[in-house]
Amino acid sequence: MPRRIVLGIRGVGHRVIESVWRLGRASHFFMLMLLKSGISMRRFHLIIREIYFTGVLSLIIIVVSGLFVGMVLGLQGYETLQKYGSESAVGTLVALSLVRELGPVVAALLFASRAGSAITAEIGLMKATEQLAAMEMMAVDPIARVVAPRFWAGVISMPFLAAMFSAVGIFGGYLVTVVLIGVDEGSFWSQMQNAVDFRYDIVNGVIKTCVFGVAVTAIAVFEGYDAPPTAEGVSGATTRTVVTSSLAILGLDFVLTAFMFRGMS
Amino acid sequence: MTSETLVEINDLNFSYDKRAILKGINMTMPRGKVIAIMGGSGCGKTTLLRLIGGSIAPSSGYVKVAGQVVHELSRDALFQMRRKMSMLFQFGALFTDLSVFDNVAFQMREHTNLPEAVIRDLVLMKLHTVGLRGAHKLMPTELSGGMARRVALARSIALDPLLIMYDEPFTGLDPISLSVIGNLIRRLTDALGMTSIVVTHDVQESLKIVDYVYFISEGVIAAHGTPAEVRDSVAPFVHQFVHGEEDGPVPFHYPANSYASDLRLGDRFA
Repeated sequence: MPRRIVLGIRGVGHRVIESVWRLGRASHFFMLMLLKSGISMRRFHLIIREIYFTGVLSLIIIVVSGLFVGMVLGLQGYETLQKYGSESAVGTLVALSLVRELGPVVAALLFASRAGSAITAEIGLMKATEQLAAMEMMAVDPIARVVAPRFWAGVISMPFLAAMFSAVGIFGGYLVTVVLIGVDEGSFWSQMQNAVDFRYDIVNGVIKTCVFGVAVTAIAVFEGYDAPPTAEGVSGATTRTVVTSSLAILGLDFVLTAFMFRGMS
Repeated sequence: MTSETLVEINDLNFSYDKRAILKGINMTMPRGKVIAIMGGSGCGKTTLLRLIGGSIAPSSGYVKVAGQVVHELSRDALFQMRRKMSMLFQFGALFTDLSVFDNVAFQMREHTNLPEAVIRDLVLMKLHTVGLRGAHKLMPTELSGGMARRVALARSIALDPLLIMYDEPFTGLDPISLSVIGNLIRRLTDALGMTSIVVTHDVQESLKIVDYVYFISEGVIAAHGTPAEVRDSVAPFVHQFVHGEEDGPVPFHYPANSYASDLRLGDRFA
């Protein structure tokens, strides 16, 4: 029995040390990537190419999800608000929910599972098939040539995807409540216009998406680059990207919301 | 060291996790020659290539390429040196998101300011050398194993290096592709005046094209010589390796307890 306890404690210690090492490696990697980003910035066509793969190709899932989320919000909002006779405020409810919370969070979650996993798998497979080693041997730094463009492409794409999500979501809410149910169109838009504050709602939402964009893509590129060069290694890294990014998004969302909207009515 | 020596390896030791992989390796590789490094799987051949390329540092000793000690170079100096060397990976390691043309053009675009028209001509010339000019628009996934290896060869000579290292270039090829790759290695070495280091365990194909052979076994150089000397060698390891004999200095059985005790036969057969 005491031996089991010792082994248990040792196991816990081992995991803690491993995690700290990994965190250290990740920080080192992140700093290296930032230092080597100058090359990507100078050759912006590399980033544009990746924006197409991570951003443009994620548009379909973002637009379709945004539309449905907006429509559901419209339905649920109308259902509740009409009990109090304030169904004209449904536009405000849809817009605030999307711009403050659902837009950034759901778009980031979708982005992590669509683009983040793809980035990890691609970099991991490039490592497993020795493409990164070949690049190193050609005196080309893979962090500057492969990793940094993908990171910046993700960071640039994320706010636009979230904006698209919110815009389409608001349109979905409009479709359901105004076009289908028949809520007054004028009050739907004017109440929304009055309630949504540019500084507190829109700017804060954009800040959130930028933070999520950095978190998701940083996790995705690190997991890919750090993946063991085997089939299991790459599949494990891809799973970790989705799980870690999702938890990071939700955790960061709470922290950011606590700072941004305290004291707001 | 003579001026004709391109790679000099002196008392090189390398350990991984306290396990000695290479022990006291000494080699001299002159310019313009094809040198084979042979040995069984896991004997440290690929590690040696990685040490020459500067991907890893030795535990002691040194590798000198063109007069520079590789592991003492800064990262920038190492990258400068790597522009003069190339490596052909086991399965080609072509960039799967780039076409054949873009793969060969990769280094030219990264390291030179040549106009696109000049790059186009150079790439087509390199691909013509390996017989794949007509395949320049294909993607790596559309190539057979032998073709991928040839494209990788064209890519590795893109900047006319002084040294090319080949990591198991013959693995998994049909006899025709095998002979094509072998002849290309010899022809390119002669035409470009570079040095080729071929890490392989394909004895018959490599003995046809190389100038000198080193055998590595258990981390040390077990034998070395010209192909003729190797073929006639009576050294037990070389004889076993060249003739592919099942048992010899490299045993068929992995070290184990006695067979009888593993089968729990007690004293009856021990």
